[in-house]
Parts: sequence; C-alpha cells; structure tokens
Amino acid sequence: MDITEYIKLVFTDYTLRTITLGTAILGAVTGMLGSFAVLRKQSLLGDAISHAALPGIAIAFLITGAKDSNTLLIGALISGLIGTFWIRGIVTKTHLKSDTALGLILSLFFGFGMLLLTFIQKQPNANQAGLDKYLFGQAATLVESDVWLMAIVTGLCLIVMLTFWKEFKILLFDADYTQTLGFNTKFIDILITTFIVLAIVLGLQTVGVVLMSAMLLAPAAAARQWTNSLSVMVFLAALFGAFSGVFGTAISASQNNLSTGPVIVLVAGVFVMFSFIFSPSRGLLFKQIRFIKNRRDLELHKTLAFMHHIAETHEDISHPHAIKLLNNFQGYTRSTLQKLVDKDYVQLNGNMWSLTKTGFETAANLYTKQSTEDE
Amino acid sequence: MKIESKENIKNNDTTDMTPASSGVIAVKVDDLTVAYNYKPVLWDIDLEIPEGVLMAIVGPNGAGKSTLIKSILGILKPIAGSVTIYGKPYKKQRQLVAYVPQKGSVDWDFPTTALDVVMMGTYGSLGWIKRPGQKEKKASLEALEKVGMLAFKSRQISQLSGGQQQRIFLARALVQNASIYFMDEPFQGVDATTEIAIINILKELRKAGKTVIVVHHDLQTVPEYFDWVTFLNVKKIATGPVKDIFNDDNLTKTYGINYKVSIQE
Repeated sequence: MDITEYIKLVFTDYTLRTITLGTAILGAVTGMLGSFAVLRKQSLLGDAISHAALPGIAIAFLITGAKDSNTLLIGALISGLIGTFWIRGIVTKTHLKSDTALGLILSLFFGFGMLLLTFIQKQPNANQAGLDKYLFGQAATLVESDVWLMAIVTGLCLIVMLTFWKEFKILLFDADYTQTLGFNTKFIDILITTFIVLAIVLGLQTVGVVLMSAMLLAPAAAARQWTNSLSVMVFLAALFGAFSGVFGTAISASQNNLSTGPVIVLVAGVFVMFSFIFSPSRGLLFKQIRFIKNRRDLELHKTLAFMHHIAETHEDISHPHAIKLLNNFQGYTRSTLQKLVDKDYVQLNGNMWSLTKTGFETAANLYTKQSTEDE
Repeated sequence: MKIESKENIKNNDTTDMTPASSGVIAVKVDDLTVAYNYKPVLWDIDLEIPEGVLMAIVGPNGAGKSTLIKSILGILKPIAGSVTIYGKPYKKQRQLVAYVPQKGSVDWDFPTTALDVVMMGTYGSLGWIKRPGQKEKKASLEALEKVGMLAFKSRQISQLSGGQQQRIFLARALVQNASIYFMDEPFQGVDATTEIAIINILKELRKAGKTVIVVHHDLQTVPEYFDWVTFLNVKKIATGPVKDIFNDDNLTKTYGINYKVSIQE
C-alpha cells in the first residue's frame, strides 16, 4: 500500500480511521501527562502502573467471565491505582527509595498478573483466548466506543490541567514551598497521579502493559529538548505523542503483520533521537558545533593576544614582524593567521605581519571585555 | 493545638534588645520534638523569637537546623510540640510567613524563567485556580529589581549562576510581602558579592520591622550580620542577643570541641 492510497483509506475505511484516531488521542494524552511524570523524576512510575494493571485485567475477567474491554479496563484501573498508592505508601512510611518501591510493586504485580493469565489460559472456557493481547497491545481491536472513552478522558484531563495549571506547575518545581503557601499538595499530587493512571490504563489495549511507559516518557523527553517553557513543553509532548500514534498506525497498517503498539513506540523513539541530536539549544549536534566554534575563537584570541604582546614593545603598533616569530606559539596555524587577516586585525606583507589599529585595540580589550560579558 | 495570649511577654529577658525590636514575640515554639526512625533530630525545643530580629541558627551538621525551620513551617510533622506565629497556630498565619528553601532542594533544569519562579511567590495570596495578573507581575518585577536580577527576568533558570539562583529564591520570598522570613542557608555556595547583596537585603528587611531567621554556617560572620542567635544541636543550647551569648562557652557546648572565636567589638 502506498502513501496516497493509505491516506485515502484513513478517511474512508472505518476501522483504520478508528484506530488512527484512537492512537492519536492516546499519544496526545500520554504525552501531556508524561511531561509531568518526567519533570517530577517519576519516569518509572508509568512502567510500574502499567505492570500493576495486569492482575486487575485478569481478575476482572475471572469475575465477569466477559472480555468486554470496558470491564477489563475498570479492573486495570483499580489495580493500577492500588499499585500506585502502595508505591506512595512505601516511600512515605518506610525509608526505601522510590526506585526500590517502583521496582518492587512492578515485579510483584506483574508476576501475580502473569500467574493469573496462565491460570485463565488453562481453563476450558473458549472466551479466554486473546486476553494476553494486553501484554503487547492490539490496536486493531479498538472500536468507536473505546475512542470515545479516550476522547472524554483526554478532554477531562485538559480541563483539569488548565484549571489547576498554576498549582501543577509550582508543585512540580518546589513541593515543600508549595505547601508553605497553604496549598494542599497531597490533593494536587493525587490529581496528577490519578490522571496518569487513567491515561496508562486507557493505552493498555492499544500499546500493552510492557511498552506503555514509553508512551509516557518518549514524547515528553523529546519535547523537553525544544523548549524552556512548561506550557510549550506540554503542548509539544502532546503533539509528538499524537504524531507517533498516527505515523505508527500508518506504518503498521501499510506493512502486513507489524504490530501497532511497538511501531508507535519506535516512532516515538525516533522523535526522541531526532530531538536529542538536532535541538538547537540542547541537542548534541549544535552543542558540538558550538564547542568547536568556541575553541577556534579562543585559539584566534590567543594568537591575537600573543601578537599584541609582541607589538606592544614597539612605539609604532603597526611595526612589521616576521611570521617565523609565531611558529613557536601553540595556537598559531596558517589558517588562524588568514582568519585574522580576513577580520582586518592583521596585515600581511611577504614574510612579515603587522597589527592594524583595530587589531591592536581588539587585542588590548580582549580580556577586559570578556570578563564584563560574563557578569 | 493551644492558642496562648501573648499579652504578658513584655516582662521577660528581651527588654534590652536592638531598637528594631518591639518586644513582641513573633514565633514561639513549645516542646518541639522531631524524630526520624526513633532517633530524635530535635529534642524538646522551646524557642521564642522576638519580632524584628535578624537571627542566625547555628549548629554542626545534623544538628537539626533545617528540620527546625521545616517543622515550624509544617513541612515536617513533629512528634510533639506546638508552634505559634504571633500567638496563633501557623496554619492561620501562613500569609505572614515566607520561606527560602535550600537552593539545592529543587531541580534548576525545570523549564521556566526567573520571573516565573519569582511570580510563584504570589500564588499563596492568589489562592486556588486564580492566575497571576498584571499586579502580581509588577510586584515580581520589583522584587527582581531589589535583588539586582531584573536584567535576567527572561533567563531560563538553569542558565543562572548559583548566586543568581539564590537571589531568585530570595526575590520569590520578598514578593510574598511577609512579616517573618525563614531562610535555609541563603549564603551556601554564593560568592562574596552576592553574600553582601543578600545580607544588605536582610538588614533592610529588619529595618522595616520584619523578623528574619537564617540557618547559617559561617560562625565568623555571625556578629557582623546578625543581632540575635540560636545555638542548636538536637537540643536548644542557647538563644538571645549576639552580644550577650555569642561566646566560646556556648560554641563549645554546641560544637563539642573547644571553640575559640575572636569577636570584633
């Protein structure tokens, strides 16, 4: 299937449209909430929550015997919330660090969930087949009502986020201080965490328990590279998440037998890689370019300063000196000399060089100027 | 929590203080005990801080200096004891109190600007949901100017030096326009210029009748910067005017070694 054919299909084919919309909305809401998780240094929380949801899915199935996705999601939500508040409890009541608590709950709940899944699979009930799709997700099972649910939760999340924006922001930055101002930090914290749990649970059907945390982290990590403003970061993360959903679905739909969840996560990974390398202010590429440029500038300055040092001893600052004099100097190369000529700091005359007036003045002010720029 | 009348405090030993002080007790701590895991960090602290003093809390590492401030501010829950601000429980007097946490307690790579951080100081008076407007912005810009950071208002906070970050924190507390300021090591890791700038602001606050309580590490500067001092090492060792109690005896009691300081008269 080529691109144009695919685009036509997105608008005409009901199933594909549902899946594309679903993954886009999911990407947007997880990207948005993921920004908060990343900034709170709770990146692993998403992983723990999604794994903690698994036993809930299994228990919901055991109780109802039905595979209706909404019933299973309620099970997932309950056990996800229990896991999350256990983690909080462990961190506040004991002296275990949060990474230990996260790891503990993640593996305990996941282990229990796997146990239940294998138990269910051994049962003669034909209905049980396909419950393990929650491990890696299966976007193809999304139906219109699932997408509506995602849209409603996303809308709710947006309203809450806009209403409590100021409170969210200050809690993320400085929780102790927020408390001294009289805000109920526990309430804000629970609000944020509950929405993170909701978003993750909604994504389980599409992306699955194992990869869900990437949906939370990757768009946020990518977005952080491009901006120094929290609102822009949240917006970008939502955008990156949505695009990951759309592109991921497109790739997996146009290539047979490619599972959608992992492709979405890989697309989000590409966003991260691209952002880490090409972001103008924080990216590796421009950092390296700036580093090289700074080093060149410094070498140039050093050579100029050395010339100034020599020229100073003469009454006429433009008194010519032999280029050979510079050979003993570390920072000097033919190209640095040429650059100084280009900048009109130095004049060449055969084997002799002389400082121009601007060159002399620049050299004299080199270090005083730099130190004022620092402050 | 008991609420005590503060009418009768004029007759205690705080009568011969610096002129800035009116003799009213701003902060009163009773029987405060705080423990992590059975080990007491603060033991039975009684403390009265008169209004209008510039007070240093000194003591060795692990003496509970930060814990004392955090317990007064309700960030940590004490096992026992009570705290009153001008005679009423802290919860009812929050708007009178501003806090400058240790600089290292937050992530300075947070995506926000200097002005934005200072504006957070206005959130308390705004209350829930309401957003800061022009009035809050103006107050924040004034606070930035006071700490000499107006030129950096749009700077991403990670691109500020340690001293500049400390000034931003100070500005955030200034914008709260409180009566009592608690500061946790505001001089930590700042250069001499910033230290002087900060202490000048603190002295101005005291001149304006505010009470300033500072966790401080540099014993040499105590007599120069502060007029009141509390020695703390799990228990309260002593509290009072610097000129009366800042001596080798109390220093030795607090730090456990023979301490000699030369106090310039």
